[in-house]
Amino acid sequence: MLGKLDWTAIPIDEPVPLIAGGVVLAIVLAVLIWAAVKGYYPYVWREWITSVDHKRIGVMYVLLAMVMLLRGGIDALMMRAQQLVAFHSDGYFPPQHYNQIFSAHGTIMIFFVGMPFVIGLMNFVVPLQLGVRDVAFPTLNSVGFWLTATGALLVNVSLVIGEFARTGWLAFPPLSELSYSPGVGVDYYTWSLEISGVGTLVAGINLVTTVLKLRTRGMTYLRMPMFCWTTLASNLLIIAAFPILTATLAMLILDRYLGFHFFTNEAGGNVMMFMNLIWAWGHPEVYILALPAFGIFSEVVSTFSCKALFGYRSMVLATMAICIISFMVWLHHFFTMGAGPDVNAIFGIASMIIAVPTGVKIYNWLFTMYGGRVRFAVPMMWAIGFMVTFIIGGLTGVLVAIPPADFLLHNSLFLVAHFHNVIIGAVLFGAFAGYTYWFPKAFGFRLHEGLGKLAFWFTLVGFYATFIPLYSAGVLGMTRRMQHYDVAEWRPWMIAAAIGVVVMTIGVIFQVLQLAVSIRHREELRDPTGDPWDGRSLEWSTSSPPPAFNFAVMPNVTGEDAYWATKAKARRQNLQVREPDYRDIEMPRNSPTGFVCAFFATVMGFALIWHIWWMVLLGLVGAFATFVVFAWRDHDEYVIPAAEVARIDRVNLAERRAAMNFAESAT
Amino acid sequence: MNIFDPQGPVAAAEKTILIDSIAIMLAIVVPTIVAILAFAYWFRQSNPRAQYLPDFAYSGRLELVVWSIPTLTIILLGGVAWIGSHQLDPAAPVEGTGAPVRIQAVSLDWKWLFIYPDMRIATVNSLTVPVGAPLRFELTSASVMNVFFVPRLGSMIYTMNGMVTRLNLRADNAGDYQGLSAHFSGDGFPDMMFDVHVISALDFPNWVAKTANSDRVLNADSYKDLLQQTVETSKPTYRLDDPRLFEAIATQRIAPQPGPKLSTNAAQSYMGAPNAR
Repeated sequence: MLGKLDWTAIPIDEPVPLIAGGVVLAIVLAVLIWAAVKGYYPYVWREWITSVDHKRIGVMYVLLAMVMLLRGGIDALMMRAQQLVAFHSDGYFPPQHYNQIFSAHGTIMIFFVGMPFVIGLMNFVVPLQLGVRDVAFPTLNSVGFWLTATGALLVNVSLVIGEFARTGWLAFPPLSELSYSPGVGVDYYTWSLEISGVGTLVAGINLVTTVLKLRTRGMTYLRMPMFCWTTLASNLLIIAAFPILTATLAMLILDRYLGFHFFTNEAGGNVMMFMNLIWAWGHPEVYILALPAFGIFSEVVSTFSCKALFGYRSMVLATMAICIISFMVWLHHFFTMGAGPDVNAIFGIASMIIAVPTGVKIYNWLFTMYGGRVRFAVPMMWAIGFMVTFIIGGLTGVLVAIPPADFLLHNSLFLVAHFHNVIIGAVLFGAFAGYTYWFPKAFGFRLHEGLGKLAFWFTLVGFYATFIPLYSAGVLGMTRRMQHYDVAEWRPWMIAAAIGVVVMTIGVIFQVLQLAVSIRHREELRDPTGDPWDGRSLEWSTSSPPPAFNFAVMPNVTGEDAYWATKAKARRQNLQVREPDYRDIEMPRNSPTGFVCAFFATVMGFALIWHIWWMVLLGLVGAFATFVVFAWRDHDEYVIPAAEVARIDRVNLAERRAAMNFAESAT
Repeated sequence: MNIFDPQGPVAAAEKTILIDSIAIMLAIVVPTIVAILAFAYWFRQSNPRAQYLPDFAYSGRLELVVWSIPTLTIILLGGVAWIGSHQLDPAAPVEGTGAPVRIQAVSLDWKWLFIYPDMRIATVNSLTVPVGAPLRFELTSASVMNVFFVPRLGSMIYTMNGMVTRLNLRADNAGDYQGLSAHFSGDGFPDMMFDVHVISALDFPNWVAKTANSDRVLNADSYKDLLQQTVETSKPTYRLDDPRLFEAIATQRIAPQPGPKLSTNAAQSYMGAPNAR
């Protein structure tokens, strides 16, 4: 009846996951009860869960990412704590638990923090920057988000029901094959990534279509803000790379469920094929995460330097070059697998070539600041912190791209420090910069500046204090994923890294505090104008939060930095803007399709993991039926009358004029 | 295990490449970082002496410089990578004094088996080699992937079931070093450390003779005991019965190591490996 599931699946003898699971469950229940008492359910259902508004979905993506960041961060704390004490001792966690922790940390941080964070920001910002009313496929957008959430949910369910993979975040066979990992851990891993992978793929298709097909009047490709370009590049990579991941994991699933031999030791399976396939996805994945971050920094550096981005065309070229070259370097993840010198050298050099467009980007940001008026608001702090940190990460990256150097550093903590250096330095800093930068756009009030700066400094200092020791331990030969060790020379660095991670944690606490304090003091932090940073692109031309239809009248773009140009013109001519011609606007209706479909996907995923076949069928049929019902819908749009549009827009215009007059009388 | 304290020519050459590359890159990276901080500081909004150039968004000359600096660096480093990859190819023989020593390494869950086929001996978790002789490794795995790595001797290499990888090293100074597995391989992975004893070329034959007198014999039967998933702490030595044992493992004539016996629950697979401490 319940397949492999029985009471032994609850890890009674392991207090840590049980207590953690209990606390999380209690918090979730408390929130649910609180929402019920306050009567928030109808509102949340109507305005958020069933919403197909790209802005709402973007916010939910970011929220998911931030919650998962806490989970992944706690994993990181446990790992540092373990390596702090596990010298000549077994530490806090036995191997079967510790191995789950680092596997979950990697999986969560890449798939359920990095991906939803950047996809959320792209979702929120890109239609606004392009001057359009929504993404190309609004309901599909909702489906994509909820399938991502399904994946995250399944990973977290594994905490208390069964186990998570004990194989590392890429589940290399043959260790991940049934013979060496007979438990359900790898199945949790594969199914959550298969399901969320579908979500990511549809998000990618959606955003590419949006950028290619839905730009406002006059928004030619070479007038798009840089963030739209990096979004295009990143989502092209998603479309090209994620099917590889899905197929690779599907092969692993076939091995485990139906006795195939793609990657087994026996019957001609080939583990090197898995290595090649997974990294053919894995390396582009790095740029799927990093390119949107580069886009965010381009926006931030230009806005806070009060200058147009230096070398815009050069930046576009660099972005697209990275997009293409990132597909040609995957072998550098396994130089030490015995490939010949020609192969190694060619892939090593290809990897270094990526450093050229990346370096160009750094210099272009540098010259964007040159001759600017740099304002050190929180997003700009993250941007400068990023530039310095990322250069160091790039240096160590080029180092491990040299095959003979990699022969000493592969899989070591030096490598671990390197990729954290670029992922934290670029993606996380970028996500935080984007979050602080666009938060006022999403909610109409700014985040607290002082707490944001504290969060920045603690995160930055904590980052170096954690990862410089890991670089050092790597030079001392320490490899990754050690549950315990006996080598005395590694110990001091593990102590240093543990101190560093505490500093970084303080940064995270300030980040949470910043959000809480900002919400409490939202009236003081209110930004009525919709343009708190003196922005340059179109998202700042509408109110904060933007109305459901984004723009009362579709903007007409005549050059780069569209909104900056509009503002300059208005200032020059002291122009009284003529009342635009308001029309009725059609917007897509909200739909529970995404949520219901993800509900059935969760049921199906869980059932597949535990071999509960009737439930698999139930989930599959349910998900399919949801799509059929959606396909047969009669009304998918509703109309906002012109009078209503005019009313909303006039309020915003009045606020803006007041703010501008105030600014002029002040100077 | 400091890789900056090499004890053989491979590790020494790799260290040189490492340091040279860092130096080449620092020459670019340090000025860039300084420029970032300097520009950000000088062009701060509150600095009245800084010139505001709102339209400075393109300069052909600067673009040229911006593309050339990283390109030139990469051309230089690409040369280093190309030459280095060929000179330090793990499969390429290393020169040395005396007869080359052939060693066949097998990674097992969770221990290393070192077979000296020409000397008809074998050891577990302990590798003894003579100073100065070329060391010719052939490596495979009896179960999952691992990486053979002695940091102070240089290059690491993967071990994979059904495949043989090759590695050539040399140790130049007598002493005791440590090696490890550098690829996660399951619950007993951190215990896959092994000792490396580099002894003088004169002592080496004595050690071989002593080991050949071991009362334990390694053959297909006793190899089956090693196939249990255990952590090995006693470092046994063996007389080698069949010099083609390695071929039998690598070609899967001896079936790969089975996984954990007790299957379903998370906690059980480590039970076969009582922790040594």
